[in-house]
Amino acid sequence: MIDTRIRTITSRAVPVRGDDIDTDRIIPARFLRCVTFDGLGEQAFRDERFDEQGNEKPHPFNDVRYGGAEILVVNRNFGCGSSREHAPQALARWGIRALLGQSFADIFAGNCAAIGLPVLTAPDEPVRKLQGLLEADPTLQVTLDLEALRCQVRQTSARAGSNHQPELILEFPLTMNESHRQKFLAGTWDTMATLLQQEKAIGAVAARLPYMKGFSYEQYHH
Amino acid sequence: MGKTLLDKVWETHKVATLPSGEDQLFIGLHLIHEVTSPQAFAMIRERGFTVKHPERTVATVDHIVPTDDTTRPLKDELAEEMLKALEENTSAQGIRFFSWGSGKQGIVHVIGPELGLTQPGMTIVCGDSHTSTHGAFGAVAFGIGTSQIRDVLATQTLAMSKPKVRRINFVGKPGPGVYAKDYILALIARLGVKGGIGYAYEYGGPAVEALSMEGRLTLCNMSIEGGARCGYINPDTVTVEYLRGRPYAPQGPAFEAAREYWLSMASDPDAIYDDEVTIDVSTLAPMVTWGITPGQGIPISEKLPKPEDLGEEAELARSAYAHMGLESGKSVLGTPIQVAFIGSCTNGRLSDLREAAAILRGRHVAPGVRALVVPGSEQVRAAAEAEGLDKVFTEAGFEWRQAGCSMCLAMNPDRLTGNELCASSSNRNFIGRQGSARGRTMLMSPAMVAAAAIRGAIADVREFLA
Repeated sequence: MIDTRIRTITSRAVPVRGDDIDTDRIIPARFLRCVTFDGLGEQAFRDERFDEQGNEKPHPFNDVRYGGAEILVVNRNFGCGSSREHAPQALARWGIRALLGQSFADIFAGNCAAIGLPVLTAPDEPVRKLQGLLEADPTLQVTLDLEALRCQVRQTSARAGSNHQPELILEFPLTMNESHRQKFLAGTWDTMATLLQQEKAIGAVAARLPYMKGFSYEQYHH
Repeated sequence: MGKTLLDKVWETHKVATLPSGEDQLFIGLHLIHEVTSPQAFAMIRERGFTVKHPERTVATVDHIVPTDDTTRPLKDELAEEMLKALEENTSAQGIRFFSWGSGKQGIVHVIGPELGLTQPGMTIVCGDSHTSTHGAFGAVAFGIGTSQIRDVLATQTLAMSKPKVRRINFVGKPGPGVYAKDYILALIARLGVKGGIGYAYEYGGPAVEALSMEGRLTLCNMSIEGGARCGYINPDTVTVEYLRGRPYAPQGPAFEAAREYWLSMASDPDAIYDDEVTIDVSTLAPMVTWGITPGQGIPISEKLPKPEDLGEEAELARSAYAHMGLESGKSVLGTPIQVAFIGSCTNGRLSDLREAAAILRGRHVAPGVRALVVPGSEQVRAAAEAEGLDKVFTEAGFEWRQAGCSMCLAMNPDRLTGNELCASSSNRNFIGRQGSARGRTMLMSPAMVAAAAIRGAIADVREFLA
């Protein structure tokens, strides 16, 4: 059986600056004309990355130095707007495995959790500092530890030598929705199986809700 | 200690506390549409499940529908494929589907209320963030993602954390030209687009009680723009009378039983709130947004704010001015528009069309302005035609379209091109939202859109109200 637990993520990271980056910007609505999520990855941030003629615009997702980075570092209220799961699906299919930011919109954060993408938060100061460090050195190795709720940033540059331990250059505490954290640590972020276990209790709630029987007089005044 | 409506609905719908600490909630009504459901149906098929409560699941088609030529197959092959998928999924699972020509098709958040499907005291979800709209009836209604749609299809339940509740009191009497849209734009301008994260908004107070159901729907609709996943209004006589006789509302003696139950779900007078905010609507002017988030709004009579006065919002304001081509310190009055759009789940109902038509009657859209009105549903369209509103719009130079989401999010052929500026009655002014990456959106009430269409530029609707 596949181990679905997620305890730590270590990878290079890509900073995308800006507050209130909405899900229309993450994946424009025209790419929602589809019946599967396949192929959404290459359209992530499409209109931020290309102009109307298809020419590349400066954007961290176009910057080859961030190729293979699996952690996305953002600012405030990331993922606001439309509830489209296509947004986290596009990021996941691009190769993102976790997000770190100052804050996230509720629906977006829930959608990320539901597909196994941990969303972690930290105050403005360390997040902006990390973004600055990543802009200066895209090879930095970032570790997001969901158990200890800490972020560690290490320098792995060649000048440190191949047998040199990567140097810890930044460390700060993280916060995270506790329910989401529990699900990642337990490997139960795909909620359907958990919900199915309560079949009897679901039936009991359905039976006691008056609207489930059309407010029939007999039922309501039983 | 008193309970809020949210407390009561949560208690009655709670199935279990999950190991994660979240609650498992029973869902009373699941609305689905063509954009966010096909992947969810595929997921339950792959796992060998069927829809648990097809009778509590209702589908329509709204996002991708063309509003001019609706002949099948649709010219847009991708849209046709999505529509077909919805037809197949609903037919295979025995789910009611209101498609074209049923007389009941329309934007999912318009048809739920008008059919009487949306009822007080219910939990309502839909794979669409504007599901908060249904809170106008005293339902706990919120948008969900596709994986959650899968969960609801298979189990009729969801894993959710209970939000905090912020009570928003609207007091006073609005001046002329001020509508529910202005209340909500003013609230978001004040609390910000992040202010509601983690909260449900309970709207109340004399100015809310005085609103029609349609105004209340507009108010709750944009809760999500303020960061609140859900917004609601306690059910009262206005709510009950709206539902009386609706096709999917209880009828006869059952209606009386329902009435009693619905009213009992309202927040208790001594309910405790996590926060409270009061806005005096008598101080409001018609609102208009100038930026790239719905929180960047001002009264039409004010000058555009200077970024340096906006604290941590300064950077965002600079990006907004750069995108919009507007200048701080100036008025937005007289800013030329190229497109006028009336419609959407925010403002595509009969009262919205009436308010806009009242401004347009005997007047004409300025040359060079493309103006369209897209009724929220087939029923809204028919009702508007019955009172001759279609004639008012077409004589004024508006295009009278079929029901759908249309240019609110431009998933159909209705979209901006280049850097067109659109005076829009919709809900989002995000960059690229209306279909062009350089397109510009200014949000306002339908009456304000009508005024802008006539002037060919952003205008103060109060000048048109004799």
